[in-house]
Amino acid sequence: MSFISYLINGISLGSVYAIIALGYTMVYGIAKMLNFAHGDVIMVGGFTIFFAVSMQGLPPMIGILLAVVLCTLLGITIEYIAYRPLRQAASSLAVLITAIGVSYFLQNMALLIFGANTKAFTSVVTVPAIKLAEGQIIISGETIVTIISCIVIMIGLTLFINKTKAGQAMLAVSEDKGAAQLMGINVNGTISLTFAIGSALAAIAGMLLCSAYPSLTPYTGSMPGIKAFVAAVFGGIGSIPGALIGGIVLGVIEILGKAYISSQMADAIVFLVLIVVLLVKPTGILGKKIQEKV
Amino acid sequence: MKKKVVSLLLAASMMTVMLAGCGNSGSSDAGSGSVGTQEESSDADAAETETETNTDEGSDAAPAADASGAVYKIGAIGPATGGAAVYGIAVQNGADLAIKEINEAGGINGHMIEYNFQDDECDNEKSVNAYNTLKDWGMQMLVGSTTSGCSIAVSAESANDNLFQLTPSGSSVDCITNDNVFQVCFTDPNQGVGAAQYIGSNGVAEKVAVIYDSSDVYSSGIYEKFAGEAANQPFEIVSSEAFTADNKTDFSVQLQKAKDAGAELIFLPIYYTEASLILTQANAMGYEPEFFGCDGLDGILNVENFDTALAEGVMLLTPFAADAEDEATKAFVSAYEAAYGDTPNQFAADAYDAVYIIKAAIEKSGAAPEDSVSDICDKLKAAMTEISVDGLTGEAMSWEAGGAVNKEPKAMEIVNGNYALIQ
Repeated sequence: MSFISYLINGISLGSVYAIIALGYTMVYGIAKMLNFAHGDVIMVGGFTIFFAVSMQGLPPMIGILLAVVLCTLLGITIEYIAYRPLRQAASSLAVLITAIGVSYFLQNMALLIFGANTKAFTSVVTVPAIKLAEGQIIISGETIVTIISCIVIMIGLTLFINKTKAGQAMLAVSEDKGAAQLMGINVNGTISLTFAIGSALAAIAGMLLCSAYPSLTPYTGSMPGIKAFVAAVFGGIGSIPGALIGGIVLGVIEILGKAYISSQMADAIVFLVLIVVLLVKPTGILGKKIQEKV
Repeated sequence: MKKKVVSLLLAASMMTVMLAGCGNSGSSDAGSGSVGTQEESSDADAAETETETNTDEGSDAAPAADASGAVYKIGAIGPATGGAAVYGIAVQNGADLAIKEINEAGGINGHMIEYNFQDDECDNEKSVNAYNTLKDWGMQMLVGSTTSGCSIAVSAESANDNLFQLTPSGSSVDCITNDNVFQVCFTDPNQGVGAAQYIGSNGVAEKVAVIYDSSDVYSSGIYEKFAGEAANQPFEIVSSEAFTADNKTDFSVQLQKAKDAGAELIFLPIYYTEASLILTQANAMGYEPEFFGCDGLDGILNVENFDTALAEGVMLLTPFAADAEDEATKAFVSAYEAAYGDTPNQFAADAYDAVYIIKAAIEKSGAAPEDSVSDICDKLKAAMTEISVDGLTGEAMSWEAGGAVNKEPKAMEIVNGNYALIQ
């Protein structure tokens, strides 16, 4: 019985990783850059909802909408100011380091604006928990909403990329920027759009992360961000279904490792499994097929 | 061209935002700095007027004028900004309040105290820099640092200089390895032993689970001593699970294991941020054990927007509660609230006590402000083992030569969203 509840806990932790990993993998798949500031955009989303809903008493839907709009603007701005000038001129390493810089910038701005005190986030999810086996097994409302949002977003993104003109342009840019430009695709615009979508996803991830683990500090996004990055690599970075699978697998391994091996060693076990998977399949679980497909 | 202009504008606006942010913190720093200077200048004024009147009276009085013009210089260090700012600001204010009170009452042996607080952002290196700044200012005694890591870093320097150091809240045993350093708060091992004894002797529970942070000195230090003492107590540790700094959001496994083991009480030798998550997650699981913690849980009620109903009934060993009924605490709390507009926490009380402990040690030893830093330190070191101080954080506090404090721990329970002393 406790195995089943560990499994459910693993899936619920994994679904949070998965939804963050979707944003990572989306940006990587198209712009071919690791946006390390993604975790911190999530934090900004979390704070926006916290102030709108918990402090100002606005309805949760408006708070979420506000966070999506704000994070989208933030994503576009970051891309425009910090990444675009470097993309043509410098190596990809410079862009990566800039992303780390942006991440610290956002954390410290949040520290200045919101202060260091921990804030308790009120969950915006109102779906009731499901109780099975006479209350022995509880699936929280947050888990249900997170998993459903993950699947909806995954399907939505796949359809968008394969069926719309803008999505096709993204595919083209991800394959060959130079050639795409020659074909009349606005490469910068496409990458901006990618960041806009990635950051909007970050706002939703922030909402779900903070609802599941209701404590909010300027560093809230950084560790889940790194774990989600691992999940994205695990599933095959650049692959959208891979992010979902990688996230869930990572969460389950982490929880089962904690439960049956050692609660201190949870992270060590996760990373050990990552190393083994990458040795056997260097592109991640779903990496290969998707590499040319986004 | 147009694009360049736009991107320049955006960059400029981002810079302004950044500078505005810096400006804010800068001005607040300047604000607190100017309070310090104001005090200093008013002290200096007082000294000057005294000297003037004395010279008017005649040259005989001149030596006495020198003596009364000399001041004790107490420095303090703590994180006034950054992640542990709550603690540092409390120490800054607590010490400030005690020094103002002492100065208004005529100082120590007729000598005023000058006070200077430096921010270390809870960073070891910055703490040593702050120490050096205070040394240049002429510090004779140090109240600091506020956190364990910084205290350890600073104590290496203060031992070299043989400067008297009294840490209000650095609770690690490593803070007091040098003989010039003393503590106001309990050491971590004492808290662990105290908690185990309290649970055992009061029969709070028979089956106890522990959730601790294995990556933190404070938490693992308490846990080890707690587990050691538990062997002598009539309760059993049925589950002890750890988490680490990198893995501190999901506690479902730790709680599930405690639940499966049938624990009636969960001991949480951790800080309040993680504890608030544990309480929330236990509630979501429908698991309702008792919770027991140490002074790290102090502050859980101040987590913004936290549902304090979840913390109802949580017990903690902490030396100070702002709503205690005794006269000294009441007077301190109202004076603190009037001066700083905030309810004092344990750290403020520790720092307040620290200043009075220094006062008691000076009075005992007769250390004069003209003595060298090293002489003052030697005299105070000897006096510390002889004095007994009744403070906010303990009755009849006394010290071993090693620097650890002897006092009774107090157990508090959270009742109706407030800390209440368990009688």
